[in-house]
Amino acid sequence: MIQYLRDHHADVLTDLIAHIWLSVLPVVIGLAIALPIGWIAARFGWSYSPITNLAGILYTIPSVALFVIMPSILHTKILSPVNVVVALTVYTVALLTRVVADGLKSVPPDVRAAATAMGFTGIGRFLRVELPIAVPVIAAGVRVATVSNVSLVSVGALIGVAQLGSLFTDGFTRYVNSVVLLGIILCVLLALVLDGLILLTLRLLTPWQRAVAKP
Amino acid sequence: MSGMITFLTTSAHWSGPDGIPQRLLEHLGYSFGALFFVVLIGLPLGLFVGHTGRGGVAIAGTANALRAVPTLGLLIFVVIAISGSLPGRLTYLGPSLLVLVILGIPSVLSNTYAGVQSVDPAARDAAKGMGMTGSQVLWRVEVPNALPLILSGIRNATLQIVATATIAAYVSLGGFGRFILDGQAQRDYSQMAAGAVLVAILAVVLDLLMAGIQRLVVSRGLTGRYARGASPAALPETPPAGSNREEAAA
Repeated sequence: MIQYLRDHHADVLTDLIAHIWLSVLPVVIGLAIALPIGWIAARFGWSYSPITNLAGILYTIPSVALFVIMPSILHTKILSPVNVVVALTVYTVALLTRVVADGLKSVPPDVRAAATAMGFTGIGRFLRVELPIAVPVIAAGVRVATVSNVSLVSVGALIGVAQLGSLFTDGFTRYVNSVVLLGIILCVLLALVLDGLILLTLRLLTPWQRAVAKP
Repeated sequence: MSGMITFLTTSAHWSGPDGIPQRLLEHLGYSFGALFFVVLIGLPLGLFVGHTGRGGVAIAGTANALRAVPTLGLLIFVVIAISGSLPGRLTYLGPSLLVLVILGIPSVLSNTYAGVQSVDPAARDAAKGMGMTGSQVLWRVEVPNALPLILSGIRNATLQIVATATIAAYVSLGGFGRFILDGQAQRDYSQMAAGAVLVAILAVVLDLLMAGIQRLVVSRGLTGRYARGASPAALPETPPAGSNREEAAA
């Protein structure tokens, strides 16, 4: 494994960087799309069931299937990394829409009423009162989405998109397990690092939680 | 897109050992075979941990850690590691099934555990107060109350298994994944897209079926669907656990 890393460090680094992009980009885009949709689902009661049911169905589709279907919808090439990004964005939106909606619904009504009484209306109340309170719930969803994306990206190696998953297919072609193990270790480490970064961001975004935790 | 429809409507693709019905049977066979072992192992273990409260932290930790392990990597690793020591047909089938089971267990285990753990302590105490024994409390109170979570754990495991079984075509397993991988090898996108659509439909249909089963077997006292017109808010927050037994069994 060390030998392989020494011989191919440039390739592995390129794969790692591609893997980071392919896992993080869908989370960022997905969160940006899920926030307004989740808000609609939380704000208008009748829309909650249809939106979360549709999200549930999308989340049901196996990743490799979605990767392969993408080119016929997007008119991209089968090898294009765009397929992976869009497919994982779909999953992230499907997962986070429900999380955002549930997070926003969990805001206590008296807090909302107090905010209204203080003069917050519409978008201001959403951005400055409701969203911050829902941040811990949303962050938990973002962690799940990110960690599972790291695993799902590697499936893209089956359709020839280069990233850490290439170590798996490469290892299988040569039938050398140390290469596969290297890929697994790098994937797990990447997932742990990204998870840690989200936790750190959550701490920075919610200073009041630490203030409460102190006796 | 049109190539895919042509592939799906060509009658030659609907018969023979690499036809769609045969691939469907293979896919279902692997999936339910693996699911059987997943439930066989995950359910009793989850009930035990939930009922006794022992080992809960370890389960939650393991389930989370497994999510970070890439399925494709694990699959290939296990195949290379153990297929040499397996005879004939089992060379590829054995490792793949093992991985399907490994990946399915965490969601059944952690959901069963969480379901039993989250049963209202008052309901559990009331059952004990009525003189129920430990196993009666488990089967008549904790399991019916935990059923929604247990079943959604089995649903999640099914989806995970169906998806991973598709990927396992890469290590020579049959099933719908064959169309995707063979299409890839033959540069035949129509075949790939057809396989992808079939897998997607299979996953969605299985999930809807299981959602239907879930609706049928979960006590109406839990879902709040007591009677038409009765709003859930009008019901007590936690229904008296003992009174729902008949409905749960129905």
